[in-house]
Amino acid sequence: MTTAAAPLVAEFRFGLDAPICLTWELTYACNLSCVHCLSSSGRRDPRELTTAECKRVIDELERMQVFYVNIGGGEPTVRPDFWELVDYATAHHVGVKFSTNGVKITPEVASRLAGSDYIDVQISLDGATAEVNDAVRGRGSFATAVRAMQNLAAAGFAGFKLSVVMTRHNVGQLNEFKAIADRFGAQLRITRLRPSGRGADVWTELHPTPAQQRELYDWLVAHGENVLTGDSFFHLAGYGQELPGLNMCGAGRVVCLIDPVGDVYACPFAIHDAFLAGNVRSAAGFAGVWRDSELFADLRRPQSGGACTSCSAFDACQGGCMAAKFFTGLPLDGPDPECVRGFGEAALATADATAAPRPSGDHSHRTAPVPISIGPRPADSGAAASAGLIERSMPDRACDQSPLAGFTPR
Amino acid sequence: MPDSATELLDPPADEIIDEVTSIETDEIIAADTLVEEISIDGMCGVY
Amino acid sequence: MSTKTLDFDLDSAWRLHPQVSVRPERFGALLYHFGTRRLSFLKSRALLTVVSSLDSQPSARAACAGAGIGPAELPAYARALATLAASQMICRKTAS
Repeated sequence: MTTAAAPLVAEFRFGLDAPICLTWELTYACNLSCVHCLSSSGRRDPRELTTAECKRVIDELERMQVFYVNIGGGEPTVRPDFWELVDYATAHHVGVKFSTNGVKITPEVASRLAGSDYIDVQISLDGATAEVNDAVRGRGSFATAVRAMQNLAAAGFAGFKLSVVMTRHNVGQLNEFKAIADRFGAQLRITRLRPSGRGADVWTELHPTPAQQRELYDWLVAHGENVLTGDSFFHLAGYGQELPGLNMCGAGRVVCLIDPVGDVYACPFAIHDAFLAGNVRSAAGFAGVWRDSELFADLRRPQSGGACTSCSAFDACQGGCMAAKFFTGLPLDGPDPECVRGFGEAALATADATAAPRPSGDHSHRTAPVPISIGPRPADSGAAASAGLIERSMPDRACDQSPLAGFTPR
Repeated sequence: MPDSATELLDPPADEIIDEVTSIETDEIIAADTLVEEISIDGMCGVY
Repeated sequence: MSTKTLDFDLDSAWRLHPQVSVRPERFGALLYHFGTRRLSFLKSRALLTVVSSLDSQPSARAACAGAGIGPAELPAYARALATLAASQMICRKTAS
Protein backbone atom coordinates (compact mmCIF):
# COMPACT_ATOMS: atom_id res chain seq x y z
CA MET A 1 0.00 0.00 0.00
CA THR A 2 2.94 2.37 0.14
CA THR A 3 3.42 4.53 -2.88
CA ALA A 4 7.17 4.25 -3.27
CA ALA A 5 7.88 5.15 -6.86
CA ALA A 6 11.13 4.39 -8.63
CA PRO A 7 12.81 7.20 -10.50
CA LEU A 8 11.21 7.48 -13.92
CA VAL A 9 14.48 6.80 -15.67
CA ALA A 10 14.70 3.42 -13.97
CA GLU A 11 11.39 2.49 -15.59
CA PHE A 12 12.24 3.98 -18.96
CA ARG A 13 15.42 1.96 -19.32
CA PHE A 14 13.29 -1.15 -19.62
CA GLY A 15 11.45 0.41 -22.54
CA LEU A 16 7.77 1.19 -22.91
CA ASP A 17 5.02 -0.40 -24.98
CA ALA A 18 5.17 2.59 -27.31
CA PRO A 19 7.71 5.37 -27.79
CA ILE A 20 7.07 8.63 -25.95
CA CYS A 21 7.97 10.42 -29.13
CA LEU A 22 10.01 9.59 -32.20
CA THR A 23 11.84 11.07 -35.14
CA TRP A 24 10.41 10.47 -38.57
CA GLU A 25 12.59 11.35 -41.52
CA LEU A 26 10.13 11.81 -44.36
CA THR A 27 12.55 12.04 -47.25
CA TYR A 28 16.25 11.89 -48.05
CA ALA A 29 15.76 14.71 -50.53
CA CYS A 30 17.19 18.06 -49.53
CA ASN A 31 17.98 21.35 -51.16
CA LEU A 32 21.09 21.68 -49.00
CA SER A 33 24.23 19.60 -48.45
CA CYS A 34 25.24 20.37 -44.89
CA VAL A 35 28.67 18.93 -44.26
CA HIS A 36 27.64 17.19 -41.05
CA CYS A 37 24.24 15.84 -42.11
CA LEU A 38 23.39 12.97 -39.78
CA SER A 39 21.29 11.26 -42.44
CA SER A 40 23.64 11.87 -45.40
CA SER A 41 20.71 13.44 -47.20
CA GLY A 42 20.48 15.10 -50.61
CA ARG A 43 18.84 12.74 -53.09
CA ARG A 44 15.42 11.18 -52.72
CA ASP A 45 15.40 7.41 -52.38
CA PRO A 46 13.18 5.69 -54.97
CA ARG A 47 11.82 3.37 -52.26
CA GLU A 48 10.45 6.11 -50.00
CA LEU A 49 7.14 5.47 -48.28
CA THR A 50 4.15 6.53 -50.35
CA THR A 51 1.54 8.95 -49.07
CA ALA A 52 -0.77 6.03 -48.28
CA GLU A 53 1.98 4.16 -46.46
CA CYS A 54 2.78 7.25 -44.41
CA LYS A 55 -0.86 7.55 -43.41
CA ARG A 56 -0.85 3.93 -42.27
CA VAL A 57 2.15 4.71 -40.08
CA ILE A 58 0.27 7.67 -38.62
CA ASP A 59 -2.71 5.39 -37.96
CA GLU A 60 -0.40 3.08 -36.03
CA LEU A 61 1.06 5.95 -34.04
CA GLU A 62 -2.45 7.01 -33.14
CA ARG A 63 -3.37 3.50 -32.00
CA MET A 64 -0.17 3.26 -29.96
CA GLN A 65 -0.88 6.70 -28.51
CA VAL A 66 2.38 8.20 -29.64
CA PHE A 67 1.33 11.77 -29.00
CA TYR A 68 4.13 13.60 -30.72
CA VAL A 69 6.49 13.12 -33.67
CA ASN A 70 9.49 15.08 -34.82
CA ILE A 71 9.40 15.17 -38.60
CA GLY A 72 12.64 15.76 -40.45
CA GLY A 73 14.67 14.41 -43.30
CA GLY A 74 16.44 15.63 -45.54
CA GLU A 75 14.20 18.63 -45.94
CA PRO A 76 10.70 17.33 -45.22
CA THR A 77 8.89 20.27 -46.81
CA VAL A 78 10.10 19.30 -50.28
CA ARG A 79 7.82 16.29 -50.26
CA PRO A 80 4.75 17.26 -52.31
CA ASP A 81 2.50 15.57 -49.74
CA PHE A 82 4.12 17.22 -46.72
CA TRP A 83 1.12 19.33 -45.72
CA GLU A 84 -1.31 16.54 -46.38
CA LEU A 85 0.65 14.31 -44.01
CA VAL A 86 1.02 16.94 -41.31
CA ASP A 87 -2.70 17.66 -41.43
CA TYR A 88 -3.47 13.93 -41.33
CA ALA A 89 -1.26 13.51 -38.27
CA THR A 90 -2.80 16.37 -36.34
CA ALA A 91 -6.28 15.16 -37.24
CA HIS A 92 -5.34 11.78 -35.76
CA HIS A 93 -4.06 12.87 -32.36
CA VAL A 94 -0.41 12.96 -33.32
CA GLY A 95 1.20 16.34 -32.66
CA VAL A 96 3.97 17.40 -35.02
CA LYS A 97 7.16 19.34 -34.74
CA PHE A 98 8.98 19.52 -38.05
CA SER A 99 12.59 20.44 -38.53
CA THR A 100 13.42 22.57 -41.57
CA ASN A 101 16.12 24.73 -43.10
CA GLY A 102 13.36 27.26 -43.76
CA VAL A 103 13.34 27.06 -47.54
CA LYS A 104 9.55 26.84 -47.77
CA ILE A 105 8.52 28.99 -44.79
CA THR A 106 6.91 31.80 -46.76
CA PRO A 107 4.68 34.41 -45.11
CA GLU A 108 1.63 32.39 -46.22
CA VAL A 109 3.03 29.17 -44.78
CA ALA A 110 4.03 30.97 -41.59
CA SER A 111 0.53 32.33 -41.24
CA ARG A 112 -0.98 28.91 -41.64
CA LEU A 113 1.42 27.48 -39.06
CA ALA A 114 0.71 30.24 -36.59
CA GLY A 115 -2.96 29.33 -36.81
CA SER A 116 -2.43 25.70 -35.86
CA ASP A 117 -2.08 24.62 -32.26
CA TYR A 118 -0.72 21.20 -33.01
CA ILE A 119 2.21 21.98 -35.29
CA ASP A 120 5.55 23.23 -34.05
CA VAL A 121 8.43 24.35 -36.24
CA GLN A 122 12.16 24.02 -35.73
CA ILE A 123 14.54 26.09 -37.84
CA SER A 124 18.06 24.72 -38.24
CA LEU A 125 20.98 27.12 -37.99
CA ASP A 126 24.60 26.40 -37.16
CA GLY A 127 26.15 29.84 -37.02
CA ALA A 128 25.07 33.19 -35.58
CA THR A 129 26.60 34.81 -38.64
CA ALA A 130 26.38 33.86 -42.30
CA GLU A 131 30.09 33.32 -42.31
CA VAL A 132 30.06 30.63 -39.64
CA ASN A 133 26.74 29.12 -40.66
CA ASP A 134 27.22 28.92 -44.40
CA ALA A 135 30.60 27.24 -44.02
CA VAL A 136 28.68 24.21 -42.73
CA ARG A 137 25.27 24.53 -44.35
CA GLY A 138 26.05 26.16 -47.68
CA ARG A 139 25.97 29.62 -49.20
CA GLY A 140 22.68 31.39 -48.67
CA SER A 141 21.41 29.04 -45.97
CA PHE A 142 21.80 31.63 -43.22
CA ALA A 143 19.67 34.08 -45.18
CA THR A 144 17.05 31.41 -45.83
CA ALA A 145 16.79 30.57 -42.14
CA VAL A 146 16.60 34.21 -41.08
CA ARG A 147 13.89 34.91 -43.64
CA ALA A 148 11.89 31.96 -42.33
CA MET A 149 12.25 33.21 -38.77
CA GLN A 150 11.18 36.71 -39.79
CA ASN A 151 8.11 35.27 -41.46
CA LEU A 152 7.21 33.15 -38.45
CA ALA A 153 7.64 36.07 -36.07
CA ALA A 154 5.62 38.38 -38.28
CA ALA A 155 2.84 35.81 -38.45
CA GLY A 156 2.67 35.72 -34.68
CA PHE A 157 4.12 32.25 -34.21
CA ALA A 158 5.63 32.55 -30.77
CA GLY A 159 7.92 29.89 -29.39
CA PHE A 160 9.08 28.13 -32.53
CA LYS A 161 12.45 26.45 -32.08
CA LEU A 162 15.83 27.62 -33.32
CA SER A 163 18.02 24.52 -33.33
CA VAL A 164 21.80 24.67 -33.42
CA VAL A 165 24.34 21.87 -33.64
CA MET A 166 27.30 22.84 -31.49
CA THR A 167 30.62 22.83 -33.31
CA ARG A 168 34.13 24.06 -32.75
CA HIS A 169 33.25 27.16 -34.74
CA ASN A 170 30.07 28.24 -33.02
CA VAL A 171 30.55 27.51 -29.32
CA GLY A 172 31.77 31.07 -28.96
CA GLN A 173 28.47 32.35 -30.39
CA LEU A 174 26.13 30.98 -27.73
CA ASN A 175 25.09 34.41 -26.49
CA GLU A 176 24.48 35.53 -30.05
CA PHE A 177 22.30 32.50 -30.73
CA LYS A 178 20.26 33.34 -27.65
CA ALA A 179 19.90 36.91 -28.90
CA ILE A 180 18.73 35.74 -32.32
CA ALA A 181 16.13 33.45 -30.73
CA ASP A 182 14.95 36.28 -28.48
CA ARG A 183 14.70 38.67 -31.40
CA PHE A 184 12.28 36.39 -33.25
CA GLY A 185 10.34 35.18 -30.23
CA ALA A 186 11.82 31.72 -30.64
CA GLN A 187 13.18 29.23 -28.14
CA LEU A 188 16.83 28.32 -28.53
CA ARG A 189 17.75 24.68 -28.78
CA ILE A 190 21.33 23.46 -28.90
CA THR A 191 22.32 19.88 -29.64
CA ARG A 192 25.36 17.69 -29.82
CA LEU A 193 27.27 17.01 -33.01
CA ARG A 194 27.54 13.29 -33.51
CA PRO A 195 29.85 11.48 -35.94
CA SER A 196 26.79 10.22 -37.81
CA GLY A 197 26.06 10.28 -41.53
CA ARG A 198 28.31 12.85 -43.21
CA GLY A 199 29.21 13.91 -39.69
CA ALA A 200 31.59 10.97 -39.64
CA ASP A 201 33.75 12.73 -42.24
CA VAL A 202 34.03 16.03 -40.40
CA TRP A 203 33.66 15.09 -36.76
CA THR A 204 37.35 15.20 -35.93
CA GLU A 205 37.73 18.80 -37.03
CA LEU A 206 34.23 20.04 -36.13
CA HIS A 207 33.47 18.64 -32.69
CA PRO A 208 34.09 21.00 -29.77
CA THR A 209 37.45 20.77 -28.07
CA PRO A 210 37.52 19.60 -24.44
CA ALA A 211 37.91 23.21 -23.30
CA GLN A 212 34.95 24.28 -25.45
CA GLN A 213 32.88 21.40 -24.13
CA ARG A 214 33.46 22.70 -20.62
CA GLU A 215 32.59 26.22 -21.80
CA LEU A 216 29.35 24.89 -23.27
CA TYR A 217 28.46 23.07 -20.07
CA ASP A 218 29.18 26.13 -17.94
CA TRP A 219 27.06 28.28 -20.25
CA LEU A 220 24.13 25.86 -19.99
CA VAL A 221 24.37 25.80 -16.21
CA ALA A 222 24.48 29.60 -16.06
CA HIS A 223 22.13 30.62 -18.87
CA GLY A 224 20.31 27.54 -20.01
CA GLU A 225 17.08 27.61 -18.06
CA ASN A 226 14.98 28.32 -21.17
CA VAL A 227 17.32 26.61 -23.61
CA LEU A 228 16.37 23.20 -24.92
CA THR A 229 18.97 20.52 -25.51
CA GLY A 230 17.07 17.43 -26.54
CA ASP A 231 18.87 15.83 -23.61
CA SER A 232 21.80 15.48 -26.00
CA PHE A 233 24.44 16.53 -23.49
CA PHE A 234 23.83 13.91 -20.85
CA HIS A 235 27.44 12.79 -21.32
CA LEU A 236 28.41 16.09 -19.68
CA ALA A 237 26.78 15.05 -16.44
CA GLY A 238 30.20 13.69 -15.59
CA TYR A 239 31.23 17.27 -14.82
CA GLY A 240 28.99 17.20 -11.78
CA GLN A 241 25.56 18.71 -12.05
CA GLU A 242 23.12 16.96 -14.36
CA LEU A 243 21.52 19.15 -16.98
CA PRO A 244 17.71 19.16 -17.27
CA GLY A 245 16.34 16.14 -19.09
CA LEU A 246 16.14 12.43 -18.52
CA ASN A 247 19.93 12.12 -18.77
CA MET A 248 19.76 8.77 -20.43
CA CYS A 249 20.01 7.29 -23.89
CA GLY A 250 16.47 6.94 -25.15
CA ALA A 251 17.31 4.87 -28.21
CA GLY A 252 15.00 1.89 -28.59
CA ARG A 253 13.58 2.54 -25.15
CA VAL A 254 11.48 5.70 -25.36
CA VAL A 255 12.41 6.99 -28.81
CA CYS A 256 13.44 5.70 -32.22
CA LEU A 257 13.74 6.73 -35.86
CA ILE A 258 11.53 5.87 -38.82
CA ASP A 259 13.51 6.62 -41.96
CA PRO A 260 12.17 7.58 -45.41
CA VAL A 261 12.06 3.99 -46.66
CA GLY A 262 10.36 2.75 -43.51
CA ASP A 263 13.41 1.37 -41.77
CA VAL A 264 13.24 1.64 -38.00
CA TYR A 265 16.49 2.51 -36.26
CA ALA A 266 17.23 2.91 -32.57
CA CYS A 267 17.78 6.64 -33.09
CA PRO A 268 18.46 9.15 -35.88
CA PHE A 269 22.16 9.24 -35.00
CA ALA A 270 22.51 5.52 -35.54
CA ILE A 271 21.56 4.93 -39.16
CA HIS A 272 23.49 1.71 -39.58
CA ASP A 273 22.56 -1.96 -39.94
CA ALA A 274 23.86 -2.57 -36.42
CA PHE A 275 21.00 -0.42 -35.11
CA LEU A 276 18.33 -1.42 -37.59
CA ALA A 277 15.35 -2.93 -35.80
CA GLY A 278 13.07 -3.68 -38.74
CA ASN A 279 10.83 -2.01 -41.31
CA VAL A 280 7.32 -0.57 -41.04
CA ARG A 281 6.35 -2.39 -44.24
CA SER A 282 6.66 -5.74 -42.46
CA ALA A 283 3.51 -7.64 -41.54
CA ALA A 284 3.33 -6.41 -37.96
CA GLY A 285 4.09 -2.82 -38.94
CA PHE A 286 5.82 -0.27 -36.76
CA ALA A 287 4.15 -1.58 -33.62
CA GLY A 288 5.54 -5.04 -34.26
CA VAL A 289 9.02 -3.68 -34.74
CA TRP A 290 8.87 -1.53 -31.63
CA ARG A 291 7.60 -4.32 -29.43
CA ASP A 292 9.28 -7.41 -30.79
CA SER A 293 12.56 -6.57 -32.47
CA GLU A 294 15.60 -8.30 -31.06
CA LEU A 295 17.66 -5.13 -31.21
CA PHE A 296 15.24 -3.21 -29.03
CA ALA A 297 14.93 -6.12 -26.61
CA ASP A 298 18.71 -6.02 -26.25
CA LEU A 299 18.73 -2.29 -25.61
CA ARG A 300 16.00 -2.66 -22.98
CA ARG A 301 18.01 -5.13 -20.90
CA PRO A 302 20.18 -3.74 -18.14
CA GLN A 303 23.33 -2.46 -19.78
CA SER A 304 26.78 -3.33 -18.54
CA GLY A 305 28.98 -0.34 -17.85
CA GLY A 306 31.93 -2.41 -19.02
CA ALA A 307 35.16 -0.49 -18.84
CA CYS A 308 33.38 2.52 -17.35
CA THR A 309 31.83 0.83 -14.34
CA SER A 310 34.64 1.69 -11.98
CA CYS A 311 34.59 5.37 -12.86
CA SER A 312 32.91 7.59 -10.28
CA ALA A 313 31.24 9.59 -13.06
CA PHE A 314 29.53 6.57 -14.62
CA ASP A 315 26.30 6.89 -12.68
CA ALA A 316 25.89 10.37 -14.09
CA CYS A 317 27.05 9.92 -17.67
CA GLN A 318 25.95 6.32 -18.26
CA GLY A 319 28.95 5.88 -20.54
CA GLY A 320 27.64 8.49 -22.97
CA CYS A 321 26.28 8.14 -26.49
CA MET A 322 26.13 4.81 -28.23
CA ALA A 323 26.19 6.37 -31.70
CA ALA A 324 29.17 8.58 -30.88
CA LYS A 325 31.13 5.54 -29.75
CA PHE A 326 30.06 3.38 -32.65
CA PHE A 327 30.97 5.76 -35.45
CA THR A 328 34.33 6.68 -33.96
CA GLY A 329 35.21 3.02 -33.77
CA LEU A 330 35.14 2.85 -29.99
CA PRO A 331 33.65 -0.13 -28.13
CA LEU A 332 30.12 0.39 -26.85
CA ASP A 333 31.07 -0.76 -23.37
CA GLY A 334 33.79 1.87 -23.02
CA PRO A 335 34.04 5.64 -22.77
CA ASP A 336 32.30 8.15 -24.98
CA PRO A 337 34.73 9.83 -27.43
CA GLU A 338 34.04 13.11 -25.62
CA CYS A 339 34.20 11.66 -22.12
CA VAL A 340 34.67 14.59 -19.78
CA ARG A 341 37.42 12.75 -17.94
CA GLY A 342 39.41 12.42 -21.15
CA PHE A 343 39.15 8.64 -21.30
CA GLY A 344 37.53 8.82 -24.71
CA GLU A 345 40.31 10.91 -26.17
CA ALA A 346 42.81 8.40 -24.87
CA ALA A 347 40.84 5.53 -26.38
CA LEU A 348 40.63 7.30 -29.76
CA ALA A 349 44.37 7.79 -29.81
CA THR A 350 44.91 4.05 -29.83
CA ALA A 351 41.88 3.12 -31.96
CA ASP A 352 42.22 2.42 -35.68
CA ALA A 353 40.30 5.28 -37.28
CA THR A 354 40.13 3.52 -40.63
CA ALA A 355 38.31 0.61 -39.04
CA ALA A 356 35.43 2.76 -37.77
CA PRO A 357 32.06 1.67 -39.22
CA ARG A 358 30.79 3.67 -42.16
CA PRO A 359 27.21 4.94 -42.19
CA SER A 360 24.83 2.62 -44.07
CA GLY A 361 23.60 4.28 -47.21
CA ASP A 362 24.54 7.64 -48.61
CA HIS A 363 21.94 9.84 -50.24
CA SER A 364 24.31 12.77 -50.65
CA HIS A 365 24.12 14.89 -53.76
CA ARG A 366 26.62 13.65 -56.30
CA THR A 367 27.07 16.84 -58.26
CA ALA A 368 30.25 18.85 -58.51
CA PRO A 369 32.32 19.60 -55.42
CA VAL A 370 30.41 21.38 -52.71
CA PRO A 371 32.20 24.66 -52.02
CA ILE A 372 32.59 24.53 -48.29
CA SER A 373 35.34 26.20 -46.35
CA ILE A 374 36.58 24.34 -43.37
CA GLY A 375 39.92 25.15 -41.93
CA PRO A 376 41.80 25.95 -38.77
CA ARG A 377 40.32 28.90 -36.95
CA PRO A 378 41.63 31.12 -34.21
CA ALA A 379 40.24 30.33 -30.78
CA ASP A 380 37.62 33.08 -31.03
CA SER A 381 35.33 31.70 -33.65
CA GLY A 382 33.67 34.14 -35.94
CA ALA A 383 36.90 35.28 -37.46
CA ALA A 384 37.51 34.68 -41.12
CA ALA A 385 37.76 31.07 -42.14
CA SER A 386 40.85 29.99 -43.93
CA ALA A 387 40.17 28.62 -47.35
CA GLY A 388 39.71 24.97 -48.02
CA LEU A 389 37.51 22.91 -50.22
CA ILE A 390 35.85 19.66 -49.43
CA GLU A 391 35.52 17.64 -52.57
CA ARG A 392 32.88 15.03 -52.89
CA SER A 393 33.80 12.06 -54.98
CA MET A 394 32.82 12.53 -58.61
CA PRO A 395 29.64 10.82 -59.84
CA ASP A 396 29.93 7.29 -61.10
CA ARG A 397 26.95 7.62 -63.40
CA ALA A 398 25.81 10.18 -65.91
CA CYS A 399 22.90 11.78 -64.15
CA ASP A 400 20.61 11.60 -61.17
CA GLN A 401 16.96 12.41 -61.02
CA SER A 402 16.65 15.77 -59.34
CA PRO A 403 15.15 15.44 -55.87
CA LEU A 404 13.59 18.83 -56.39
CA ALA A 405 11.63 17.92 -59.53
CA GLY A 406 8.51 19.99 -59.51
CA PHE A 407 9.78 22.33 -56.81
CA THR A 408 9.77 26.01 -57.66
CA PRO A 409 12.28 27.91 -55.59
CA ARG A 410 11.08 31.25 -54.23
CA MET B 1 16.91 9.08 -3.20
CA PRO B 2 19.04 6.08 -4.09
CA ASP B 3 22.53 6.99 -5.15
CA SER B 4 22.01 5.53 -8.52
CA ALA B 5 19.07 4.28 -10.48
CA THR B 6 21.37 1.75 -12.11
CA GLU B 7 22.12 0.17 -8.77
CA LEU B 8 18.55 -1.01 -8.79
CA LEU B 9 19.03 -2.92 -12.01
CA ASP B 10 22.33 -4.74 -11.77
CA PRO B 11 22.87 -6.36 -8.39
CA PRO B 12 21.61 -9.80 -7.31
CA ALA B 13 18.01 -10.25 -6.23
CA ASP B 14 18.46 -10.10 -2.48
CA GLU B 15 20.30 -6.80 -2.73
CA ILE B 16 17.55 -5.41 -4.90
CA ILE B 17 14.98 -6.23 -2.23
CA ASP B 18 17.07 -4.47 0.39
CA GLU B 19 17.39 -1.40 -1.83
CA VAL B 20 13.64 -1.20 -2.39
CA THR B 21 12.97 -1.55 1.30
CA SER B 22 15.31 1.27 2.13
CA ILE B 23 13.53 3.51 -0.41
CA GLU B 24 10.22 2.74 1.21
CA THR B 25 11.42 3.70 4.64
CA ASP B 26 13.42 6.73 3.59
CA GLU B 27 11.06 8.54 1.30
CA ILE B 28 7.67 7.07 1.76
CA ILE B 29 5.41 9.79 0.56
CA ALA B 30 7.84 12.48 -0.44
CA ALA B 31 6.38 15.48 -2.18
CA ASP B 32 5.57 15.05 -5.85
CA THR B 33 7.12 11.63 -6.32
CA LEU B 34 3.81 10.45 -7.71
CA VAL B 35 3.87 12.90 -10.63
CA GLU B 36 6.91 13.73 -12.69
CA GLU B 37 6.88 16.14 -15.55
CA ILE B 38 9.18 15.59 -18.51
CA SER B 39 10.03 18.11 -21.18
CA ILE B 40 8.85 16.90 -24.57
CA ASP B 41 12.35 17.92 -25.66
CA GLY B 42 14.01 16.17 -22.74
CA MET B 43 14.62 12.78 -24.36
CA CYS B 44 17.85 11.95 -26.12
CA GLY B 45 17.50 10.50 -29.58
CA VAL B 46 15.10 12.86 -31.31
CA TYR B 47 15.77 15.89 -33.48
CA MET C 1 8.03 21.02 2.13
CA SER C 2 5.29 21.94 -0.28
CA THR C 3 2.09 23.46 1.04
CA LYS C 4 0.23 22.38 -2.05
CA THR C 5 -1.91 20.01 0.00
CA LEU C 6 -3.59 22.97 1.61
CA ASP C 7 -4.07 24.62 -1.79
CA PHE C 8 -5.69 21.68 -3.47
CA ASP C 9 -9.42 21.55 -3.01
CA LEU C 10 -10.14 17.86 -2.54
CA ASP C 11 -13.81 18.52 -1.99
CA SER C 12 -14.46 20.14 -5.34
CA ALA C 13 -15.41 18.28 -8.48
CA TRP C 14 -12.53 17.87 -10.90
CA ARG C 15 -12.03 16.45 -14.36
CA LEU C 16 -9.30 15.62 -16.77
CA HIS C 17 -8.68 18.56 -19.10
CA PRO C 18 -10.40 17.83 -22.44
CA GLN C 19 -7.12 18.27 -24.34
CA VAL C 20 -5.32 15.68 -22.27
CA SER C 21 -4.76 12.14 -23.47
CA VAL C 22 -3.98 9.34 -21.05
CA ARG C 23 -1.79 6.37 -21.93
CA PRO C 24 -1.66 3.68 -19.25
CA GLU C 25 1.78 2.26 -18.56
CA ARG C 26 3.06 -0.72 -16.63
CA PHE C 27 3.99 1.52 -13.73
CA GLY C 28 1.35 4.23 -13.96
CA ALA C 29 0.47 6.40 -16.93
CA LEU C 30 1.63 9.00 -19.39
CA LEU C 31 -0.44 12.16 -19.73
CA TYR C 32 0.00 14.48 -22.70
CA HIS C 33 -1.70 17.86 -22.97
CA PHE C 34 -2.17 18.70 -26.65
CA GLY C 35 -2.67 22.37 -25.89
CA THR C 36 0.36 23.00 -23.69
CA ARG C 37 2.53 20.21 -25.16
CA ARG C 38 3.44 19.10 -21.68
CA LEU C 39 4.08 15.54 -20.59
CA SER C 40 3.36 14.27 -17.11
CA PHE C 41 4.00 10.84 -15.74
CA LEU C 42 1.83 9.32 -13.10
CA LYS C 43 4.02 6.96 -11.15
CA SER C 44 1.37 4.71 -9.68
CA ARG C 45 -1.58 2.81 -11.06
CA ALA C 46 -3.63 3.99 -8.09
CA LEU C 47 -3.06 7.59 -9.13
CA LEU C 48 -4.14 6.63 -12.65
CA THR C 49 -7.35 5.24 -11.18
CA VAL C 50 -7.92 8.46 -9.24
CA VAL C 51 -7.34 10.67 -12.28
CA SER C 52 -9.43 8.50 -14.60
CA SER C 53 -12.34 8.48 -12.20
CA LEU C 54 -12.38 12.19 -11.37
CA ASP C 55 -15.03 13.00 -13.93
CA SER C 56 -17.45 10.43 -12.61
CA GLN C 57 -16.98 11.27 -8.94
CA PRO C 58 -18.52 14.16 -7.02
CA SER C 59 -15.16 15.22 -5.60
CA ALA C 60 -11.47 14.45 -5.77
CA ARG C 61 -11.72 13.13 -2.22
CA ALA C 62 -14.33 10.64 -3.35
CA ALA C 63 -12.17 9.64 -6.30
CA CYS C 64 -9.27 8.92 -3.95
CA ALA C 65 -11.47 6.92 -1.64
CA GLY C 66 -12.81 4.98 -4.59
CA ALA C 67 -9.25 4.13 -5.62
CA GLY C 68 -8.51 2.72 -2.19
CA ILE C 69 -6.34 5.59 -0.98
CA GLY C 70 -6.21 5.59 2.81
CA PRO C 71 -5.80 8.61 5.09
CA ALA C 72 -2.03 8.15 5.47
CA GLU C 73 -1.49 8.37 1.74
CA LEU C 74 -4.06 11.03 0.98
CA PRO C 75 -1.71 14.04 1.43
CA ALA C 76 0.67 12.67 -1.20
CA TYR C 77 -2.19 12.15 -3.63
CA ALA C 78 -3.48 15.63 -2.92
CA ARG C 79 -0.04 17.03 -3.70
CA ALA C 80 0.03 15.00 -6.90
CA LEU C 81 -3.37 16.36 -7.90
CA ALA C 82 -2.21 19.87 -7.10
CA THR C 83 0.77 19.38 -9.41
CA LEU C 84 -1.55 18.18 -12.16
CA ALA C 85 -3.85 21.14 -11.63
CA ALA C 86 -0.93 23.54 -11.80
CA SER C 87 0.05 22.18 -15.21
CA GLN C 88 -3.61 22.19 -16.32
CA MET C 89 -3.77 18.44 -16.72
CA ILE C 90 -6.86 18.47 -14.54
CA CYS C 91 -9.34 21.28 -14.10
CA ARG C 92 -12.38 22.08 -12.05
CA LYS C 93 -15.68 20.90 -13.36
CA THR C 94 -17.81 23.91 -14.15
CA ALA C 95 -21.27 23.93 -12.65
CA SER C 96 -23.78 22.62 -15.13
